[in-house]
Amino acid sequence: MVYHFDESNFEAEVLKSELPVFVDFYADWCGPCKMMSPVIDKLADEYAGRIKVGKVNVDDCMDLAQQFNITSIPNMVFIKNGQVVDRVIGAVPKPAMKAKFEANAQ
Amino acid sequence: MLDLIIIGAGPAGLSAAIYAARARLNAVILEQNYVNGGQIMDTYEVDNYPGLPGISGMELSEKMAEHVERFGVEVQNACVEDLDLTGDIKKVVTDEGVFEARAVIIASGAIHSHLGVDGEERLAGMGVSYCATCDGAFYRNKEAAVIGGGNVAVEDAIFLARGCSKVYVVHRRDELRADKILQEQLLKLPNVEMVWNSNLKSVNGDKKVESITVVNKLDQSEREIQLSGCFIAVGIEPRSAFARNHIATDEKGYIIADETGVTNVPGVFAAGDVRTKQLRQVVTAVADGANAVTSVQRYLLEK
Repeated sequence: MVYHFDESNFEAEVLKSELPVFVDFYADWCGPCKMMSPVIDKLADEYAGRIKVGKVNVDDCMDLAQQFNITSIPNMVFIKNGQVVDRVIGAVPKPAMKAKFEANAQ
Repeated sequence: MLDLIIIGAGPAGLSAAIYAARARLNAVILEQNYVNGGQIMDTYEVDNYPGLPGISGMELSEKMAEHVERFGVEVQNACVEDLDLTGDIKKVVTDEGVFEARAVIIASGAIHSHLGVDGEERLAGMGVSYCATCDGAFYRNKEAAVIGGGNVAVEDAIFLARGCSKVYVVHRRDELRADKILQEQLLKLPNVEMVWNSNLKSVNGDKKVESITVVNKLDQSEREIQLSGCFIAVGIEPRSAFARNHIATDEKGYIIADETGVTNVPGVFAAGDVRTKQLRQVVTAVADGANAVTSVQRYLLEK
């Protein structure tokens, strides 16, 4: 499943998560974000229990976007123990995205 | 056995799929991204496609993909890695396995070029962007520059000027290459400054873009412009790496083919931005797709 993170649950669900977390910063008006969405949904299922997967709508959460220096979307961040450990910017082909999941999964 | 493999689900590939389905060819589209539409997905407005004035790139690509879906052509998510075109059965090697068909249309399109200047790669996603419609919103009330002078650059600048306090357009010549109607719109915007005859030398900043340095080609003078965003729109290059060892391309990598789509390899055709042509637009890409299928039908009949 894919979580929806916002300012109200970000600390509990992401920063204090026991599992590594993948956060997709996106917006509805962004074509490449839309391209990545199905691949992220699929990887969320494949890596269930190994990575927690969720999305942040940057239009609704400008403060979070700023906090993570998001100036380009899609902007996909891997967070472990509250720290950013990896980042993918822009739409990437499925094999490249899967490799990132594999590298950052528990 | 498939009759036809179409590589790429942009306007050329989707158009080819529609024509192939109507010709009752057994065809599949291979697309490395999960959503179809190609470069137009990054275009906020496609204002030169007849019959659909002002439509957004995203909406147009969705309509095209729905059209293909209605004809039942399967889009397979696969990333093409190599080709084997030596026999009558053409083989397309992907991350999802090998696909075989009697003919192939390459409609893999193009991607935006990089300039290769200092700071460009290091600050990508931290102020350096190649997609104004994606990232423009992050520069509201800030200053940004667009590098380039073609249609995409000018469209990007017009789009950014709606939200940015100021937009610089850095262009290496003293006139723009973009359509006149776009130039007129751009040049009357009060918050746009043209930086003519200038090349981008570097993008500067530690963890995010703080300025750019441009060099005036006429007197070699350097100018540093303080800003937060640098949008690079200096043209496109073909997505043809997987084909280059197998099909004749020009020096830039475009597959050599005229409007029939016929390449130097029998049974392999090129359509859309990936082929050598004068004008790379949605309207010429969809025409290519239709033409290429006609060539495929001829080829299969003669076999």
